[in-house]
Amino acid sequence: MNIEIKQENEIFVVELEGRMDTNTSPDFQKEMEPYYTKNGFNMILDFDKLDFVSSAGLRVLLLIQKKSKALNGNFVIKNVKPEIQEVFDMTGFSDILTIE
Amino acid sequence: MKKLTVNASTDNLTTVLEFIDAELEAVGASMKMIFQIDLAVEELYVNIAHYAYTPEDGNVIIQFDSYGDPPLVEIQFIDQGNPFNPLENAEPDITLTAEERQIGGLGVLMVKKTMDEVDYRFEKNENILTIKKSLS
Repeated sequence: MNIEIKQENEIFVVELEGRMDTNTSPDFQKEMEPYYTKNGFNMILDFDKLDFVSSAGLRVLLLIQKKSKALNGNFVIKNVKPEIQEVFDMTGFSDILTIE
Repeated sequence: MKKLTVNASTDNLTTVLEFIDAELEAVGASMKMIFQIDLAVEELYVNIAHYAYTPEDGNVIIQFDSYGDPPLVEIQFIDQGNPFNPLENAEPDITLTAEERQIGGLGVLMVKKTMDEVDYRFEKNENILTIKKSLS
């Protein structure tokens, strides 16, 4: 998975490309850690070029979501493909994540 | 029937998915079907890689078969590790808030929701896990 981080004003926009799976999710978590551990962080994950999410990816997304609540942050996911939206729907993640 | 034998390690996940995807493309599976079957294969394979032989080492056989038109795809995972039925685990409560949510069990839940049939049996010292999905 390719990870490209852009800072726009106070917002971190992260463009993801490829697969968020058992192999790539640990590195993804490591890359994101400096950002989601800051008080009041503001993060947008752009899923436009992301093709796949498994439960290993859901684990990291849940972690960031929990941190955003605890640290008064803002965490948004956008441009989700239908197959990935289905993963969010069947696991109830649609209700806990902010998807635009 | 096509067969792949690999050491049960997450390092081999890509090899396993490449094998499965090549077979799925050969039977004309749609992108959506490939996504769902890849998801199920990853969740079940990683489970085996994590739990079947710990702390020892061993192999897992992945068998791919398809019948009929439109094809019914059948994939089997066979290992000789500890007897373990992943389908028996309690289903996670997917209505909890983010703070209360735990991640365990979501993989198997998705397998059950996307596949037409999921079956586990322990036979002659082997764990045999079977998933079936119609490509119609």
